[in-house]
Amino acid sequence: MNLFKYSAPSSFYPLAGKLVPWFGTLAFVAAVIGLYLGLFVAPEDFQQGEVYRIIFIHVPTAWMAMFIYLLMAGYAVLALVYQTRLSAMMMEALAPTGAMFTAIALWTGALWGKPTWGTYWAWDARMTSTLILLFLYVGYIALVNAIEDKKRADKAGALLVLVGSVNVPIIYFSVKWWNTLHQGASISVSQGNKMAAIMLASMAIMAFACWMYSMAVAFCRVRAIILEREGQSQWVKSIKEAVS
Amino acid sequence: MNWVEFFSMDGKGFFVWGSFGVFLLCIVVEIVMVRRRIDRAQQSVRDSIAAGESGTARTAQ
Repeated sequence: MNLFKYSAPSSFYPLAGKLVPWFGTLAFVAAVIGLYLGLFVAPEDFQQGEVYRIIFIHVPTAWMAMFIYLLMAGYAVLALVYQTRLSAMMMEALAPTGAMFTAIALWTGALWGKPTWGTYWAWDARMTSTLILLFLYVGYIALVNAIEDKKRADKAGALLVLVGSVNVPIIYFSVKWWNTLHQGASISVSQGNKMAAIMLASMAIMAFACWMYSMAVAFCRVRAIILEREGQSQWVKSIKEAVS
Repeated sequence: MNWVEFFSMDGKGFFVWGSFGVFLLCIVVEIVMVRRRIDRAQQSVRDSIAAGESGTARTAQ
């Protein structure tokens, strides 16, 4: 199978259409299992009590916020080096979902911070750099929508995403590099896992659900973007699926 | 299982359900918006095909 074939919007459009229901179903099933384990099976935390359950959405959404941005940076390289149309479209499709996950991570962090630290917000390195990530997402969306010429918009957007990607390691390592109010990583490659198995399983399943959801929604959005941009081309009009 | 206790979350229900509720709301809103966007895009392609066909028919006449 020639995978490069799918870098063309005309080949990717039907493939994405076939994949969306699979990713959507996986996301739904994983979310139901993850929420059940997180809310009903996982025990109360011995220090924080019940409020710690926010972790089951806070951590997966924060991971996705960073992961989606890195994915966009990967597409930005492809868009700038190989000038592939689909890469720029994928960036545009991923950005709103990344922005949404960043906003949820900040929101849930604030609601978790109040009962545990006594404040909704502090200008600590982890929180501030995550807020900058949200501004980068919003800035990218504003930039590509402000430039009429799509080619120029894609190029400017890709550059912004690439420059902004330096913020992702800053977010990740901020709790190590600076003395932050935000706690250190509960799971790390060097120090292993500090969480109970059931809590870790619930969090991992929720992270998988968020990942599958992102794929489903980004593939669905990229199909709309393909039609918006290439709606006048012959291949769009010739495939029944695009117009049914 | 005591549901009142479950929803009160040790008196921290506002923080826990405020987090889960906004998460769910965002997901639902995003799905609706993406669905609408693809419907609009498909409608626009259908319209342009219809306009093309009626243009071709006029030319043929």
